[in-house]
Amino acid sequence: MIRTFGWNEFLFILGAVRWTLALSAIAFVGGGVGGLAVALARTSGRKALMRATAGFIRVFQGTPLLMQLFLVYFGMAVVGAAINPWIAAALALTLHASAFLGEIWRGCIEAIPPGQNEAGTALGLKWLARMRWIVLPQAARIAVAPTVGFLVQLIKGTSLAAIIGFTELTRAGQIINNATFEPFLVFSTVAAFYFVLCWPLSLLARRAEIRFARATTR
Amino acid sequence: MYDFNFAPVIASSDQLLRGAAVTLELSVEAMAIGLVISIGLAGAKTSKIAPLRWAVQAYIELIRNTPFLVQIFFIFFGLPSIGLRLTPNSAALLALVVNFCAYATEIIRAGIESIAVGQIEAGRALGLKPLQVFRYIILKPALRTVYPALTSQFIYLMLTSSVVSVISAGDLAAAGNDIQSKTFASMEVYLIITAVYFLMSIVFSAIFSAIEKAAFDYPLSR
Repeated sequence: MIRTFGWNEFLFILGAVRWTLALSAIAFVGGGVGGLAVALARTSGRKALMRATAGFIRVFQGTPLLMQLFLVYFGMAVVGAAINPWIAAALALTLHASAFLGEIWRGCIEAIPPGQNEAGTALGLKWLARMRWIVLPQAARIAVAPTVGFLVQLIKGTSLAAIIGFTELTRAGQIINNATFEPFLVFSTVAAFYFVLCWPLSLLARRAEIRFARATTR
Repeated sequence: MYDFNFAPVIASSDQLLRGAAVTLELSVEAMAIGLVISIGLAGAKTSKIAPLRWAVQAYIELIRNTPFLVQIFFIFFGLPSIGLRLTPNSAALLALVVNFCAYATEIIRAGIESIAVGQIEAGRALGLKPLQVFRYIILKPALRTVYPALTSQFIYLMLTSSVVSVISAGDLAAAGNDIQSKTFASMEVYLIITAVYFLMSIVFSAIFSAIEKAAFDYPLSR
């Protein structure tokens, strides 16, 4: 018995949007904390820390997100934990976001003229205080546009969690498609939901970029 | 403790190599086709005809704000229902081209817009035809400006192409799925596959920077 694509099927896909949002939020917050740590380590001037984080970034930027998901997913069994798509997807996307945000924010930190940091040192401020009060507030302004841009990439990336069986937006689409055999309609709907989530963010990122460019060129 | 056993994976190294070849082929073809189309689209996006600009802009926004996985599903499962049936391989190539163009067009357009208007006017004043102006005065310096962005976009394309394994396109990741389902050595398979992707991205970065040195090795005018 083949179901038709009706109101209930639409609501099922709509309901799955919250799992996409939840996964994106976890990965973004986790990746924000991890990314800050990576960016600070990357700019710390300590050789071992810089090398380790550079390697971390390189591996995550040089391998497919899908493989990162698989490795975390199957890696959970290796370390003896129960395989759980929720935790695997959240962990893999958090690590992924940590690497990418770490690299983006490293660039923002390095864009601050070194004189700022040196002035802080001359005033007797410790590293943490210099970062907290001098460098990071200025770097944050530069970081807005690329960070929002990455958030769009992250939301789209959560779709890959469908492949390891986590029921978010894309997986909900697959489930409905298997019941209704209306792939054209179903995947158009799924794409439309992603578009509604991502497009405003893309516009925001672009506006932030333009505003920042206007503020810094004179 | 988990016992790693790489033997079954090494036994299927032929299949892995074939998969890697398909991944390379798909990525290079998608880039070659995509670049030609993107240059056309970038031209359309900077044209004077407004509806043309809007159409290109709508396409770019649509592709950039939806996941590649959904695009693949739409092309492979959705298009047959309106009469366009594709093999997994051609669906994968089409999806990669469609996706790549949305990013490459913006990159190339940015390059074109980086060319000073005076330079184009100078070309016209020298009696160059519009196509010559486009090719020598706009395209070459523009390509040089956008080369780093384009090459990292290519590496991103190659990594993204792993997603086409969901429709069993015979690429490296699909070969991994196949070996995994036969041997159950999941962790070993995906460790090796990931290492191969990593190696390919490192090799490509090295090749690209060598090309950059060779092709654009003339001083900037400014």
